[in-house]
Amino acid sequence: MSTETSPWEEHFGSRENQNKAAQLGMWIFLGSEVLLFTNLFVGYGVYRYYYPDIFVEGSKHLEAGWATVQTLLLVTSSLFVALAVHYIRQGRQFLTALVLLVGMGMGLGFLGIKGWEYWKHWTEGALPGEYYRLEELPVRGGSLFFTLYFLLTGLHAVHMLVALGLLGWLVWGAVSGKYTAEYHIPVEVGGLYWHLVDVFWLFIYPLLYLVE
Amino acid sequence: MNPSAGSSQPAITYLNHETTVGSWLLTRDHKRIGVMFLVLVILALLLGGVFAMVLRIELLTPGPTIISAMTYNRMFTLHGVTMVWLFMIPAIPSAFGNFVLPIMLGAKDVAFPRLNLASVYIYVAGAGLTLFGMLWSGADTGWTFYTPYSTTSPTAVAPILLGVFIIGFSTIITGLNFITTVHTLRAPGMHWSRIPLFVWALYGTSVIQVVATPVLGMVLLLVFFERVFGVGLFDPARGGDPVLFQHMFWFYSHPAVYIMVLPAMGVITEVVCAFSRKNIFGYKMIAASTFGIAFVGFFSWGHHMFVSGQSTFGSGVFGVLSMLVAIFTAIKIFNWVATMYGGSIDLRVPLLYVLGFIFLLVFGGMTGVAVATTSLDVHWHDTYFIVAHFHYIMVGAVLMAFLAALHYWWPKMFGRVYPERWSFLAASTIIFGFIVTFLPQFLLGNLGMPRRYYQYPAELQWLNVLSTAGASLLAFGFTLIGVYLLWSLRYGRVSTANPWGSSGYEWYSGSPPAPHNFTEAPRFEREVHDYTVPEAPRVY
Repeated sequence: MSTETSPWEEHFGSRENQNKAAQLGMWIFLGSEVLLFTNLFVGYGVYRYYYPDIFVEGSKHLEAGWATVQTLLLVTSSLFVALAVHYIRQGRQFLTALVLLVGMGMGLGFLGIKGWEYWKHWTEGALPGEYYRLEELPVRGGSLFFTLYFLLTGLHAVHMLVALGLLGWLVWGAVSGKYTAEYHIPVEVGGLYWHLVDVFWLFIYPLLYLVE
Repeated sequence: MNPSAGSSQPAITYLNHETTVGSWLLTRDHKRIGVMFLVLVILALLLGGVFAMVLRIELLTPGPTIISAMTYNRMFTLHGVTMVWLFMIPAIPSAFGNFVLPIMLGAKDVAFPRLNLASVYIYVAGAGLTLFGMLWSGADTGWTFYTPYSTTSPTAVAPILLGVFIIGFSTIITGLNFITTVHTLRAPGMHWSRIPLFVWALYGTSVIQVVATPVLGMVLLLVFFERVFGVGLFDPARGGDPVLFQHMFWFYSHPAVYIMVLPAMGVITEVVCAFSRKNIFGYKMIAASTFGIAFVGFFSWGHHMFVSGQSTFGSGVFGVLSMLVAIFTAIKIFNWVATMYGGSIDLRVPLLYVLGFIFLLVFGGMTGVAVATTSLDVHWHDTYFIVAHFHYIMVGAVLMAFLAALHYWWPKMFGRVYPERWSFLAASTIIFGFIVTFLPQFLLGNLGMPRRYYQYPAELQWLNVLSTAGASLLAFGFTLIGVYLLWSLRYGRVSTANPWGSSGYEWYSGSPPAPHNFTEAPRFEREVHDYTVPEAPRVY
């Protein structure tokens, strides 16, 4: 990685073209990510069709109130990340770093709540597969609900960690003056990734927590 | 016939401008990355080929021959895993695609060269983990990893699952890079109707790679989690459904067939034009049928599951959708034949492989229609008929195209020409050997011999012996190719810039090309695959 040289790469021909390529590349990657989660959503659909009542009962074991707080945190963090893109387009590097840090703080809050909820499931025995100890719900179906719960939220949490790392890297780049009003494409595509992780949650949240 | 005699070759090429080991390992040059992939996939082909030979020798006699039943199970699994994921999927896109796609578009490199380099190392890491699993205790599940067996098998399935999962990222990166490159890095004059058909084929492939590979990755990861952490998503004891695995697996692995075949078809299109000296017949239809196959390929996975308890209606729909693939394929075949018709045929080795390809693809494709018919498939399911069918597609078609590409682009990549007579001998041996290997397998399957069985009734022995004899011919052919290609690297005749007189855009650069592909900006004034102008295009 060339650190102090120009961020503009010669083979793109023009700067607009490099920006366009970066945007397109990120969108293709996001499309690919959607398909990664699709498997789990399909699994959810199939097993909810098999065990509709158990899924309703299982959902009651989750913290819907806290999940709502998480949703608010994440959606608001997306607003701050969008603001970061707005500010860096004007070349305001410190403001960019600041709003990114606020967004990251909310993301960490989200993960904190998630961790606490996981700990609660742990003590309760509401765990996937062979670790399933919850007595109120039958193993057939009940363990599947929690398997899917952990897979969906776990995969999402892994994506959150990656996205947080990405934002941290953007903060460092903004503070060190790497991004300017001219060159800010990393902030744009990094922001796109953050929004995608946010959108995933907007599907996971009703599917797991708001089942009636 | 008269190659561009006057055109000068670049003195500094991608091969000689830097020669240290580090300059290769850390290169961002798409050509060097293509060459590295070529070496890697050929090693994988060698490994998978050795597994195949062990299988064929074991099947020489009805009873045990050289290995135990358990080793046999491991062998066919490792053969499948190696050939599908380590060789067939990256073979044409990652090796030849990486090398020629940017040149064909008049670009200096792919859009994301660093990611491109990463794709090599991700492949190496995944392949390394897979090899580790193979050496540790192998896997005996078959390359399809069907649950619940794959979640309970005592063999080392987990590292192989993880290895294939990792290789998937390499595939996704390649696809992402190609799509972005096509959209953003076309040289002036390269408008959409001038994109070479090999690039269109890679574009269609890339869409499948990007969309389908994550689904495979996830489902393999789920089986991995089930083995390592016991999450039990497909475990019937906890209410899970093992058939769900099959749906998820084939949702990728059926389109994966087109990840292998579409680039092969792209190669065929390029080679047919070059050696018929004739404009391609039906450019738009060939490009469109690529996307037709890519699209329909996503909706035909259920034809692998006719006997998995799927509804009759569902099977019927999947069967009909699968047959659509044959229509799009037929469009291509008619166009290739029409291109050759009335052309000035120059029967060189790449074209010989093309003829083999067309012949074998018709067999593979038509038996594909047959097995997409539910009533017939119930009889043939899991027999050698299926084995023969998909080997006709994967080996008969894809491997022929790989060899065609290897010979057609050999001078482009290394600046040397392979020896013509030896290569003719090898090509004839391989095509003949292939037919001898797999035609008996159709008959075996029709007689009811199941696939993946260690033993068989004595009356089926003569067909098995015939098949093994054919496999030996294949092995001989490949050895021959290996020897003369390595020989030609050093002693082969030095190639001119355009030894075939091809008007393919990749020949606008030198052979081998300059470090940034062209010494001056190429101008794409001629139409794509245009042979109306007799002289070969100039070299930039």
